[in-house]
Parts: sequence; C-alpha cells; structure tokens
Amino acid sequence: MSDSLKIENLHASVEGNEILKGLTLEIPKGEVHAIMGPNGSGKSTLSKVLAGNEEYDVSEGTVKMDGVDLLDLEVDERSREGFFLAFQYPHEIPGVSNANFLRAALQARLPKGEEIDAVAFYKTMYEKMDALQMDRKFTGRSVNDGFSGGEKKRNEILQMMMLEPKYAVLDETDSGLDIDALKIVAEGVNRMRGPERGFLVITHYQRLLDYIVPDVVHVMVDGQIVKSGGKELAHELEEKGYDWVTEELAVA
Amino acid sequence: MPTEELMAQETVAPWMAAPPVYDNESNLPDWYQKFREESWKRFVNTADPKRTDENWRFADLKKSKFSELLPAAQVEDEAALIDRSEKSRLTDCAAHYVFANNRLIDSDANGLPEGAICLPFGEAIEKHGDLVREHFMKEDRSLGGDKFAALHGSAALSGLFVYFPKGVVCEKPIQVHHYVGGNQQVIFPHTLVVAEDNAQVSVIDMFETIAEEEQTLVIGVVDLVAKNGANLQYVALQDESDHGARHVQINSTRAGRDARTKSAFINLGASWIRNESINRMLEEGADCQIFSANLANGVQEYDQRTLQTHEAQHTTSDLLFKNALYDEARTIFSGLIQVQPGAHHTDSFQTCRNMLGSDKAEANAMPGLEIDADQVKCSHGSTSGQISDEEIFYLQARGIPAEQARQMISLGFLNESISRLGGEELKEFLFRRVEKKFANLL
Repeated sequence: MSDSLKIENLHASVEGNEILKGLTLEIPKGEVHAIMGPNGSGKSTLSKVLAGNEEYDVSEGTVKMDGVDLLDLEVDERSREGFFLAFQYPHEIPGVSNANFLRAALQARLPKGEEIDAVAFYKTMYEKMDALQMDRKFTGRSVNDGFSGGEKKRNEILQMMMLEPKYAVLDETDSGLDIDALKIVAEGVNRMRGPERGFLVITHYQRLLDYIVPDVVHVMVDGQIVKSGGKELAHELEEKGYDWVTEELAVA
Repeated sequence: MPTEELMAQETVAPWMAAPPVYDNESNLPDWYQKFREESWKRFVNTADPKRTDENWRFADLKKSKFSELLPAAQVEDEAALIDRSEKSRLTDCAAHYVFANNRLIDSDANGLPEGAICLPFGEAIEKHGDLVREHFMKEDRSLGGDKFAALHGSAALSGLFVYFPKGVVCEKPIQVHHYVGGNQQVIFPHTLVVAEDNAQVSVIDMFETIAEEEQTLVIGVVDLVAKNGANLQYVALQDESDHGARHVQINSTRAGRDARTKSAFINLGASWIRNESINRMLEEGADCQIFSANLANGVQEYDQRTLQTHEAQHTTSDLLFKNALYDEARTIFSGLIQVQPGAHHTDSFQTCRNMLGSDKAEANAMPGLEIDADQVKCSHGSTSGQISDEEIFYLQARGIPAEQARQMISLGFLNESISRLGGEELKEFLFRRVEKKFANLL
C-alpha cells in the first residue's frame, strides 16, 4: 500500500444540495497537487469535508490517509492523525492567546501525563515566526483577533509549521495576500515540502502556483475533477479561462 | 394581632438579634460607636428587598432572605488556614493579610513602600481615626443593598485600611485573604483604600469559605478613593463554597481629577451573590473602569448592579462584564450610565456579554442611560449567545478535543475582562483560578 491521501468517488451535500459529485483524487506523499476551478465548483467544500465539518453530509465515497479511513475520525482525531487544513477564513478566538492555542494543539498530541517542554516550544515557535516574518507580539495576542487578512494567513502557515502534518490542504491561502506576503507564505510552504509530506493547494488563481510550483494540477468543475495535468495546465487556464475547460468538456 | 401589624413587623424583622460586640470595643472612638448604633437602627428600620423594587428586578428574593445570623466565632485551626493562604499567595505582593471569621490571623507587610499605611480595620480606627472617618462609608447612593450596607456599618471591624500618601507608588498588589466558616455565621469585611494625589496602589481581596456545605454569609463594603492623578486598582475574587455560601459586596469608587481607577469582581463560588458597584467621576479627567468575569454553574445566582456617574466634564468610564453560564445558573446585570448636567465631553461605555453553555441557564441584562449633557459619547449593550460551532471546529481542526475547545473558548471569553487589569502575575493568577473551576466543571 502506497502512502497517499486517496479520495474516491466522494459525494457530499449541504442542506440537501449535492456539491461534491463523485470526486476522485490521489495525492501521493511527497507531491504537491493543486486544484483550480471556478467559483462554486466545490473546492472549499472539499477542504471542509476532508477536515470533518459537520455541516456537510457525506453520502458516498471514501477518503484514506495512508490507509486510515479519515471519514471515520472526529475532527480533532483527523488533525492528530496528521491532517491539516489551512482555513480560507480563519476564525477569531478572543481571549485565547496564540501561544496557548498552539501549545494546547501540540499538547493534545502527547500521551497522557506527558507535558510539553515550554522552553523548547517557545524556541521552535520563535524560529518559525521569524521565518514567516511575524512579530513576536503575535504570541500574546488573541488568536486571529484583530489580525489583518495577511496576518491571519501567515498564522495558518505558522500553525502548519508547528504541527508538521502528513498532509496539508491550503484553502485559498492566497486570497487577501499582497505579493510580498504571498512570497513569504509560499516560502514557508516550500520549506515544508519533502518526501514525508503531501500538499493540496486550492486556489482560484494561477499566481500562487508561480511560487508554490505544483507537481500536478487538477481542474474542478461542478463537484468533480474534470482535467488533470502538469504545472503548465495552470498557465493554460489563466490564459484561456475556465470556460475553455467547460467548452472542451461539452465537445467531448 | 391584626394582620397588617404582623406584616409590618415581618418586613423589618432584623436578621440578627443584636449588633456584634467585639473584645476591644472600649478602644473605639465615639464617632465610630455612634456610627455603628445609627447603622444598626437603620438596618432594623429598613425593609427587606421587595419584588416591586426596580433594584431587585429578576432577583430570586428567597436567596436574599436571612434569619438567625450569628457574628462569626473564632476559628479553631488558624494554622491550617494560614497554610492554605500561603498556597494561593502571590509571589510578588507588597503585603499579605489573612483574616478568618473577622479576625486577623497572619500578616506580612514587608514589601510596602515607605509612607504607606496598611492596617487591619479595627486598628486603623484607633490609630488613624480621622483619616478613616473622612472616607468611611460616605456613599449615600444605593443600588438596592441599603439594608446590607446598614448591617455592615453596624458591625464592620475586619478587613484592611490602605492609605497611600501623595506620590507613593507601588505596582505590586496588596493581597488580602478573607475566610468565613460556620453555619449561619457572617463576616463584615471592610476595605477602605485611599490613594492621595499621584499615588498608585493595587489591592486584591480574596473570599473563601473554610469548609463546604456551610451556610455562611459575607457582607462586605469597599470604599475606593482616588485623589487627583492617582492610580487605584481593586480586585475582588470570590471563590466560596457553592453549596451554601452567600456573598454581598458593595463597592463605591470616587475618582478625582485625572484619577484612574480599575475595579473588578471575579465570581466563581457561592450559591448567591449580590455585587453593587457605584462609580463616581467627580472631576475633569477622571476615568473609571469596571470589570467582571463570572463563571456560574449548578444553581448559582449572580446578581450585579452598577452605576457609572459622570459628574464633571471630560470624564471617561468603561464597563465590561462577562458571564459564562452553565447548568441552571442565573445572572442578572443591571447597569446605569448617568451623565449629570454640565458633564459635557464625556465618554462612557457599558458592555455585558453572556455566554450560555446550557439551555436552562438564564442571563438577564438591563442596561440603562441617562444623559443630561452635550457632546457626550455613550454606548451600552448586552449580548447573549452560545459558543459558535465554527469556533469549536477551528480549534478541533488543530487536534484539540471538542470539550477542551469549549473550555478554552469560554475561558478566553472571561479572560477578555481579566486581561484589562494591571499586573502580569495578578492576571495570570486570576486566569488560573477561573481555569481551575472550568477543569472541575468537565
């Protein structure tokens, strides 16, 4: 059995509307895949279903993460098992400091009775924050509370760097970022690329993929992957627009 | 006996047979003896809170009824209480006092700045009678607790007198433990803090019961006086037994020109509490901030009434009260902002937020505004809601189990008002106490 995040024939709906209509996709460990698609194609739904958001009903299909049935696990279990979602709209948690939040997340991964080494924790966190050019004052500030769009996205990447997942899904991490912030975020992701990790980068624009160069690009339309190809597919899409794919589909 | 007469007698029936008598009464000055006698008369002649009284709206009046109260007797094992107080002592405090059932049993005032006076109340009346007299229970406004205040006035002889002369500054808090124990027993702690011009002082009162399952009562009155340019902070942490303990505390704050005050109620324990907080901004530049963080569960009832009175131009105040409610707990918040005639250019804010952790919990809020001046910026509001599923999902998506996520979010919610206080160790200490109660809730 090869290590991968393997999604097969996934059907999911919200309030009776089917959004994912038999989606199949496999991300082998060590690769970066991108999903592009027009608004409303179900990209964000896919990310939320993978994370375990209860607003969505999964009626059919399987998701295996290195052989483990992801859909059988609670939201927090998926995270501890090595799944990570960088949110498109990260939530604000007033009164809970960023440091305490990260610490609790790491603590939850330790066996009962074992305590996090606070000194090592802060050292690691500061290193990662420096890499993301985040001011250290963010450790004491409430999670995402009063953060700008760019600061929130950087905070997502910081969490990913701290939690070191096996598979990470980045949901429109580029939205709301200026070019400098985009480069910093991409650099953070690139540093984590390696044979022990898989990525799924969800984006509407090709711009992000200039900085996080994918191994495979998938096009999603109406709840399904309709086309897959190399990184050049992203450029083709940018040039010709999503209509090109839909027209091509209609012809086929 | 005619029914009418019987009823009249019932409403003014005192809860105690006679005012408490102390060992060292002979040393007390005449003015104080007289004040006690008058207070006792006022107590006897004041009717119990009534349902029709706006100041007691939504309150469960059964909980504010008393009978056969006894002045608290000396506790047997004082050494054990001293040990217990050491365990919750701030490492960096200016002074530390321990009262048990109205008696001072331990103190350490080595860290006080030069010139500061810090004495148990009884001793202060003897040694600094004039200073005490000038500031002791001068507030004539009431938010409904007059009967309690009158009884307190007839009996107050424990608690601390803190006097910081002009320019004396100390950032470290003065920590005071108050223990109460014994069935039907009542203590009357009085805290009087005076910060003269440009002085800075911080005091924390901690209220705890000696044992569980006892019907104890605390009737405390706190007078806070911040003179011109002074900086005064006061915190009351109430963590009494939630089985039978009841707690009444009436705070009165007076802020002079450019004075800054912060006062806070943190309620975790007791079966019923009543907090009243009167804040008067007397001169230009005065700023009063009032905070509360309350974690109520079981059948606890927390009843809080506040007044922010702007009596001069260019004064500011901000109130932030937060309640997290579980099980069948009830909270009542009633707050009034009053901008008096001529108090132009005033900024005054008032916010009460409730987080409901159960369908059966009940949060009542009655915000109010009375504005008689121009160029005023005022806002008041209250919200009640549950923890959003999306917030829980976000924490869970990082590997934190759902129950712990709820706890973190609620704790963060309460921490928002604690974090507005001054003093890192003090804030951390309060946060840990709230956290401890949360841990026991799960």
